[in-house]
Amino acid sequence: MHYVFEPGFFASGPVRVALAVGTVIAVTSAVVGVFTVTRGQSFAGHSLADIATTGGSGAFLIGVNQFWGYLAFGAGAAAFMEMIGIQRRRGRDVATGVVLGAALGLAALFLYLGTQYSTTTGASFTILFGSIFVLTPSTVPVLIASALVALVTVLALARVLLLSSLSPDIAAARGVPVRAVGAAFLMALAVSVALSAVIIGAVLSTALLIGPAATALRLARSPVRAAITAAAVGVLAIWLGIVLGYDSYYWPPAGRGWPVSFFVVTLIVGGYLVTYLRRGERRADPQTPQENVDAEQACSPA
Amino acid sequence: MNGDLLTLNRVGVRLGGREILRDVSFGLRPGQFTGLIGPNGAGKTTLLRVILGLQPVTSGEALLDGAPRPARDSSIGYVPQKLVIEPDVPLRVRDVVSLGLDGHRFGIRLPSRARRVLVSDMLTAVGAQRYADARVGELSGGEQQRVMIAHALISRPRLLLLDEPLANLDISSEQGIVSVLARLARAEHVAVLLSAHDMNPLMPVMDRIVYVAAGRVAVGDTDDVVQPEVLSRLYGQHVDVIRVHGRILVVAAPEGVDEAEAAAEDAGVIR
Repeated sequence: MHYVFEPGFFASGPVRVALAVGTVIAVTSAVVGVFTVTRGQSFAGHSLADIATTGGSGAFLIGVNQFWGYLAFGAGAAAFMEMIGIQRRRGRDVATGVVLGAALGLAALFLYLGTQYSTTTGASFTILFGSIFVLTPSTVPVLIASALVALVTVLALARVLLLSSLSPDIAAARGVPVRAVGAAFLMALAVSVALSAVIIGAVLSTALLIGPAATALRLARSPVRAAITAAAVGVLAIWLGIVLGYDSYYWPPAGRGWPVSFFVVTLIVGGYLVTYLRRGERRADPQTPQENVDAEQACSPA
Repeated sequence: MNGDLLTLNRVGVRLGGREILRDVSFGLRPGQFTGLIGPNGAGKTTLLRVILGLQPVTSGEALLDGAPRPARDSSIGYVPQKLVIEPDVPLRVRDVVSLGLDGHRFGIRLPSRARRVLVSDMLTAVGAQRYADARVGELSGGEQQRVMIAHALISRPRLLLLDEPLANLDISSEQGIVSVLARLARAEHVAVLLSAHDMNPLMPVMDRIVYVAAGRVAVGDTDDVVQPEVLSRLYGQHVDVIRVHGRILVVAAPEGVDEAEAAAEDAGVIR
C-alpha cells in the first residue's frame, strides 16, 4: 500500500483538507460543466477563467484572499456577458477577444506589482496554477458553502436548463423566464470557475469544468447519468492528482512536490482521449443507434 | 365565444417599420386539422409566435377560450421549426418526451413508474418507441419530428402548433408524420395548426386552410380558398392555381408583368 500512498499521506492535515475541498469542488464543477457543454457555453467558461485571473491577482496585490478576487471578477464578467450576450450575438466574439486580452494584460501588471512589493514569489504561480495544499483554513468553509450553493442552483434549474437547450422558444412558450434562468446559470458558472481557480489555478480552471463533462457526455446518454459520470471523473482526477502531488515530494528534484494541477489536468485530458478513441471505434460498428432502419429501408431497392 | 378554442381578432404585427401581419382573423375548433399555408417569408412563423405569446401584437388580439392566454399554461403544444439538436446533448428520446410534462418546472424530480409508462405510451402513439433510448441528436429529421410531436402532446394540450414540420423530410417520413398527427388530432380532440409551404402532403387530412401571403390571410375550405381570384387578391398580383393528378400548384406570374400578359404567357407553359 505504501508504494501508492507515501508515508504520512492520510495523517497530513493539508492533504485531508485538500481531499475534502477538492471533492466538493470537483463535483460542483463537473455538474455545472455538463450544463455548460450542453448549452454550448464552454467558451463563456473559459472567458470567465481569464477574467478571474485578473481578479485573483488584483486581490493578491491589495492583500485579500484570491478567492474573493476570482469570485468578484467572475461574477461581474458573467453579469456583463449576460447584458451584451443576448441582444447581439454577432460581434460578441470580437468584444470578448478584446476584453479577455485586456484582462490578462491587467493580470500581468498586478502579478508584476505584487512580486515587487512582497517577497513571496510563489504568488504568481499560486494564482495561475493553484495551490490545493496551502488553502487558507479560514476560507475552507466559504469554499465548501459556495460550491454547494452553485450545485444546488444548477440542480434546481436542471429541467428548465435542459428544456431551454432543447429549444428556448418552447421553454419561453411554457412560461419559463429563459433569460433569468440563463443569468442564474451564468452566475453558478462564475462561482464554479472561481472555486476551481483556487484549487487548480485560474488559467487551468476550465479543465475541471469542461473535461469531466466532455468525457461523461461521450459515455452516458441521459442527463442524470452524464452528471453522475462527470462528477465521478472529476473526483477521481482530483484524488489521483492529490496522491501523485503528495508522492512527487519524493521524486526528482527531491524535496519539492510537482504541481497538483499538472496531474489533475493530465488525468482529465487522458480520460477524455481514452473515451474519444473508444467512441470512435464504436461509431464504425453498424449496430449503433444512429443507423436508422427507416433510412435503410428507403435506400434498399427491395 | 362561438365555440372556438382559439380566436385571432384583427391581428397586426409590425417589426422595425415593416408590416409582417395585417388584419389577421380566424378561429380554430377542437379536433380540427388546419393547414397554415403560404410561401416562405409570408408571416407563418410570426403568426404562430403570436398565438404562443412570444410575439407581441401591434393591433388586435389572440384569445384562448375568449380570453388572453395566461403565462405558464400547458394548453398549447408547440413544435418549432428547424430544431438543431447536437449529438452531444445528453437527452435520450424518452428524456425529451418527459420534459414535455414538466420541463418548465424548477427543482428535482424523482423517478416515477407512472411517468415512465406515460412517456412510453406517448412514444408508441407517435411510432417512436423503437429509438426511445437513443440520443435525440443522433436521429434523422423525421424521427426527431416524431419525438418533438410526442414532447408537445404529452402534456395533453388542446391546441398543437407545428412550424414547418415537413420541411426537409423524405416523402415516406412526410406521410408518416401527417398520418400520426391526423390520427392523434381526432383521437385526442386536439386542434392542430400546421404550417407548410406546400399544401399537397396535407390534402388528405386538412379540414381547413389558412392561406398566408404578404402578411394577410384567406381562411376557409381548401376548395374555396385555393382559387386564382382569392389568392391573386391576397398576393396582390396575378396567381394561377393549377390542378394536376390531384396535386395543386400555385404559380405566380413574374414580377412587373401585368395580368393580361401573364395570362397570355402562362397559356402555353407552366413555369
